[in-house]
Amino acid sequence: MNDILLRHREIKDIGQLAVYRQHEGFEGFKRAVTGMQPDELTEMVKASGLRGRGGAGFSTGMKWSFIDKNAWPHYVVVNADESEPGTFKDREIMESNPFQFLEGVALCAYAVGAHTAYIYLRGEFWQLAAHLDASIAEMEKEGLLGDNLFGSDYSLRIYTHLGAGAYICGEETALLESLEGKLGQPRLRPPFPPSFGLYGKPTIVNNVETLANVPLIVQKGVDWFRGFGTEKSPGTKVFSLSGNVVKPGNYELPLGTTFRELIYTHGGGITDGRKIKAIMPAGASSSLIVADDKALDTPMDYESVPSVGAMLGSASIIVVDETVSMDWLINKTMHFFQHESCGKCTPCREGTYWMRHLTERIHHNQATWDDVILLQDVASNVKGKCLCALGDFSTEAVISSITRFRGDFEAKVGAPLSAPAEAELKEQVSN
Amino acid sequence: MNPLRERYGQEIDDILAKYPQEQKRSAVMPLLYVAQREYGYVTREHLGQIGEILAIAPTEVASIVGFYTLYHDTPGGKYRLQICNDLPCALRGADKFLEGVCDHLGVKPGETSEDGVVTVEAVMCLAACDKAPMFQVQSAEGISYHENQTVQSTIALVDGWRKKEETK
Amino acid sequence: MAVADTTQQTLVTLTIDEQQISVAPGTLVVDAAKRAGIDIPVFCYHPKMEPVGMCRMCLVEVGRPVLDRATGQPVMGEDGQPQLQFGPKLETGCTVPVSEGMVVRGYTEKVKEARDEVLEFLLTSHPLDCPICDKGGECPLQNLTMKFGPGQTRYIYDEKIRLDKHVPLGDLIFLDRERCIQCARCTRFQTEIADDPVIGFNERGRKLEIVTFSDPGFDSYWSGNTTDICPVGALTTADFRFGARPWELKSVASICTHCPVNCNTTLNTRREAKSGGKAVVKRIMPRQNEMVNEIWLCDKGRFVYQYTEEANRIGQPLLSKNNQLAPASWDEALAAVADKVKKSGGKLTTVVSGRLSNEDYFNIKAFTEAAKGQIALYSHMAGGDLVSQVGLGQGSNLADLGKGDAILVVASDLEEEASMWWLRVKQAAERGAKLIVANPRRTKLEREATHVVRYSYGEEAAAVHALIDSISPKRPEQTEAVKRLMTQDEIKAAAKDIAEAQNLVVFYGSEGTDLAASESLASAAANLLIATGHVGKPNNGLVAVWDKSNVQGAWELGLRPSGDLASLMKDAEVLYLVGVDPSGDDPQLAAAVDAAKFVVVQELAETKTTQAADVVLPAQAFTEREGTLTSGERRVQRYYPAVPAVGETRADYTIAAQLGALIGATLEAVSAGRVFAQLVETNEAYKGLTMQRLAEVTEQWPIIGRADVYYGGTTYDNKSGLGVQVSSAADRGETPVLSFAQPLERERGDGLLAVPVTKLYDHGNMISKTVLLHNRLQKPQVTLNPEDAERLGLEDGKATKVSVNGVQAAVTAYVDNSLPRGTVLIPRSLGLPISGPYTLKVEA
Ligand SMILES: Cc1cc2nc3c(=O)[nH]c(=O)nc-3n(C[C@H](O)[C@H](O)[C@H](O)COP(=O)(O)O)c2cc1C
Ligand code: SF4
Ligand code: FES
Repeated sequence: MNDILLRHREIKDIGQLAVYRQHEGFEGFKRAVTGMQPDELTEMVKASGLRGRGGAGFSTGMKWSFIDKNAWPHYVVVNADESEPGTFKDREIMESNPFQFLEGVALCAYAVGAHTAYIYLRGEFWQLAAHLDASIAEMEKEGLLGDNLFGSDYSLRIYTHLGAGAYICGEETALLESLEGKLGQPRLRPPFPPSFGLYGKPTIVNNVETLANVPLIVQKGVDWFRGFGTEKSPGTKVFSLSGNVVKPGNYELPLGTTFRELIYTHGGGITDGRKIKAIMPAGASSSLIVADDKALDTPMDYESVPSVGAMLGSASIIVVDETVSMDWLINKTMHFFQHESCGKCTPCREGTYWMRHLTERIHHNQATWDDVILLQDVASNVKGKCLCALGDFSTEAVISSITRFRGDFEAKVGAPLSAPAEAELKEQVSN
Repeated sequence: MNPLRERYGQEIDDILAKYPQEQKRSAVMPLLYVAQREYGYVTREHLGQIGEILAIAPTEVASIVGFYTLYHDTPGGKYRLQICNDLPCALRGADKFLEGVCDHLGVKPGETSEDGVVTVEAVMCLAACDKAPMFQVQSAEGISYHENQTVQSTIALVDGWRKKEETK
Repeated sequence: MAVADTTQQTLVTLTIDEQQISVAPGTLVVDAAKRAGIDIPVFCYHPKMEPVGMCRMCLVEVGRPVLDRATGQPVMGEDGQPQLQFGPKLETGCTVPVSEGMVVRGYTEKVKEARDEVLEFLLTSHPLDCPICDKGGECPLQNLTMKFGPGQTRYIYDEKIRLDKHVPLGDLIFLDRERCIQCARCTRFQTEIADDPVIGFNERGRKLEIVTFSDPGFDSYWSGNTTDICPVGALTTADFRFGARPWELKSVASICTHCPVNCNTTLNTRREAKSGGKAVVKRIMPRQNEMVNEIWLCDKGRFVYQYTEEANRIGQPLLSKNNQLAPASWDEALAAVADKVKKSGGKLTTVVSGRLSNEDYFNIKAFTEAAKGQIALYSHMAGGDLVSQVGLGQGSNLADLGKGDAILVVASDLEEEASMWWLRVKQAAERGAKLIVANPRRTKLEREATHVVRYSYGEEAAAVHALIDSISPKRPEQTEAVKRLMTQDEIKAAAKDIAEAQNLVVFYGSEGTDLAASESLASAAANLLIATGHVGKPNNGLVAVWDKSNVQGAWELGLRPSGDLASLMKDAEVLYLVGVDPSGDDPQLAAAVDAAKFVVVQELAETKTTQAADVVLPAQAFTEREGTLTSGERRVQRYYPAVPAVGETRADYTIAAQLGALIGATLEAVSAGRVFAQLVETNEAYKGLTMQRLAEVTEQWPIIGRADVYYGGTTYDNKSGLGVQVSSAADRGETPVLSFAQPLERERGDGLLAVPVTKLYDHGNMISKTVLLHNRLQKPQVTLNPEDAERLGLEDGKATKVSVNGVQAAVTAYVDNSLPRGTVLIPRSLGLPISGPYTLKVEA
């Protein structure tokens, strides 16, 4: 195992500041502040090829370079909302390897000229916030945070901020609204946060795991980092594995590791030796991949996963075995999205509600094929029409399961799909 | 004077210090947690008091309470047992677990036990999918996670609370 | 704000639905389309508010020219046209600004389907109760569904959410939760425009609902506007709900007579069985005049009209017989008055209210002069002559003020005294104008102020002098107060901004002033404008925040308030009171009325003063007649008769003319137009005006009209006249002269100084008849500084007793920590008579 982010699994007490420092902790930050221009740091991260681990996989260095230098102050906001069903990696990093994460935050802040960083944690991470507050206080005590760091004129403060139960606050602009004390509803984009972010000021929003990579890139260099993963998806990734597997949990593996290796080698295979049926690689927001050999041998990186009809996203791999019927599954995901739609835009607000009604009906054997077709149609009317990606996310499992696991619905409805209906279905999907 | 400010002056000042002076509104969520600690829910009076501290309208504070699920505007049990039965947990038996706990306590999801000690709620993913069945407990002391649970271990926990409440 | 200005030089050219148009950069696609007469349907977008892109109704296909990376020039296609790139997704026209060469398609299958879908989504939760919905007939959702919507529903009716239907958000506004489509227009209006976020969303997702936690509910002076812009029947007003269907209503243009802003309104009327088949006013709606009130109306203007209704009125002349008022014929009543006037030997005193029409003033003044009597304007403010000289320059529009300009508001709580000006001044400040608010205490306008100047009550003129002297220290001597004020940093900073301002507008009000102090303040304010060269041009000049709607009109015609009204009245052989209630207002004046020999009162309704009258002449309300008013910005505007006159009432100008005829003066009695024609002859500023010119309209932006309620709301389009802003003396090239009188400064006596202030919802004769507003009327009250309150044992919100000028009253005490020590605020017309600062005793 190459633990970069989950180093606590190798170095037991790395969660203690002294131990972290024994392992060259904060050396990179010190070196940057005392000897590097902020832009040098940004260039380094750009060169490393690090891509955002929050879901979209956008180049981190590129994002930093977009910060608007004509408006001040700048802010760094860490997305620690971790609310995608099936995702639990940021939590482990912050709990067990907090200083590496915090050093990443500090490096990002230095690179973009921010003197204040906020860590926005989902409200449920109440204890974790207290734990981070204590770690931050320790850093302040040791002169790793505060004014005139390492004798320079650079100063930095990091604060935690707790959300209060809203998945949408993981969407970066909704998160910023929430941090400003407003409803967590997404903003229009453009403008994007690097030019108009927190309090209308230039802001970099990064995921926890993304930033936790940065200290080791600075410490060990770009080439070392590029030694893991693939050309376009360098580095390791913490895969949150859940669902019908023997050993669910977080696994840090190079990007490009196959689904098969994760599920069977590390995850111990499917519970009770059953057969695998489907994979959701990006949590509840994911399309359902038919878990055939081709899919299982697909490398998990940002480029390859689309070839089997899904996105890598946050890499929260939910494994679904043969006993699970898709009508049940999409009823679960729709329950989630209906509950989490912020209500700001019409298609998402009304569409998730309507889809939930339809999946309920289907799941409770009250539906005909017409309902399934209607569901597919409603989903395709939501898709691509919303203010933010949550609306799209809500349709992925629905659309992919109806097209890829038709048998489940035939069984549920108790009738095979007629030819004209099939044509109608196809047409909707292509829309 | 503002009762919240009077009771939690230092804590409120510390919270306000986190945000730029002209952006006091950012403190609305932390202040709601402070207020909620008092009775386990946010009262109408709290809305006005928080509004006054932050110079925003009570209605704006109310909107925040309404939007986020961890704030409550009505009283519930002393302990809110929030069981995740979202997809990943459900794949690992969370629905059955929820049912089992409810049956033992004689409540349905969303209901409060007769003695007012516990409210059972079904909630969305809590980022602990590998340790299902699991739940979190929301109470005056904050929020704590309880993972890899069984119905028995959960009931034992609830019994512990009941004892604690009785001796109060 | 998303309003574009087509007069800018560099325009952007784009194509919408095959039509090429050029608009200012920054214009949003929906607005560009609107200007070109192309409909892109919207729900959440409103041209007066920031775009939010929530409802997704305005989805269109947007193509942009492909640019060559190297040259930045458009790449040409085979057909010689620039190559276009269309995005994979539809875009919301309300959030996309135009760009050069853009092509927008709103007619394609893809767009039509998207509109269909959005409507279908909205209708899944919307009840199908159009037949009983007040919005029916002027509902954007209904109209757009007819135009674009799916013909049938695929949604199971039983799965619709059922929600509460008649939720009072307060006394004025009702919410139907089922009908709400979550467009947030109402909440955004309250936040962005009214700066009063007293309604908000609760919950999220499909459960989003509008709530209020203000006390009383939906407590805002602007609440009615939300019902205009709500695109469905979710928000309705308490006065109009279930009152009528929009298509049964007749619309008549009118002007709001509550304050000197003179907002443009539409009176909606309908014949009703319960009124004996006569037309009655069903509601008052705003009428667009971008130079006056844009498309808004404050709640007082919208809801306060019940006083004009028949039940509240005197319908017949009354004549005192055996010390008892009894109905009489007009001939009898007029003859009785004329007889007394003829015998009075010129000892006729006429007192007129500040809300009569210009025509009324003209005739009443002419009649009084014919009788060799004297006439006084019933007002506590002075300076109208100065406003005639250096008032807002012709062609002014407060909406033009912004960056580089300055506005000074002194001695006025603008939101309470002239709400619409508060809104317009606030918006100017938001556009970047420097706003200086000078007042001894905190007012709402201060939220937008660049500088806040504090002075003591009694030093309002001194404060303005301190500004003048900080800019140009020409004057030889300064009073102590001016010297002291000049050391204030805020005054220095404000003076700098004023001196540097391109345009300067000064509003002065009457907070804390009596007539003499008002005169001194007005003169100081005029001097400031003259000294800094801010007169005689558009968007510069002096505005008096008058206590009534047409005080400026009265001044223009030569009417003046009296410094000693009581003496003037008590010595009269004949006292002719038009539209005023001195007996109700002040015991001292009541005694003067009682002392007068013969009292004639011309009024709409019974008052304390009519009870003391020998003759009562019933007048028509503004809803029943025609006339013109002159606003504080000196815009002359017309209003029209909307309903038949109550009983035998006559217009004020007619009554005056008929009285005139009996004493040998020939005056126009038949039409306001003819009076107006005479009036313009005698008045320099009004020269050349005709009733026709006042009725002219030009196109306004945003374009709103009855057919497109989806765009601007149900505000009425203006078809009956934008009025004409008349010239000031400075506009006409007369050089205004600086006066070097020292500011009036008052010595403070011992004890508390009682200071008059103005509240929007006082207990005046008009508003107190409006049952709907009863919970909103201010309580009789005094406001003190916390230290004074503590010393006197008073607590915030507690009852106490005070005596002012010998009148005792039970009041509620309020505490305001921005108030200077030793001062007590007493609102006018709230039970305690107050016309200027007094020394006050408090008995707690
Ligand atoms: C509905 C929705 C939920 C999201 N939730 C999260 C989340 O919980 N954590 C996260 O880091 N990013 C989340 N994102 C992605 C963020 O918007 C954003 O892309 C990310 O924080 C950027 O950080 P990165 O570049 O480091 O990945 C979410 C996006 C959407 C649309
Ligand atoms: S009440 Fe009307 S204006 Fe307000 S959100 Fe609902 S539909 Fe929009
Ligand atoms: S999204 Fe454009 S009008 Fe609502």
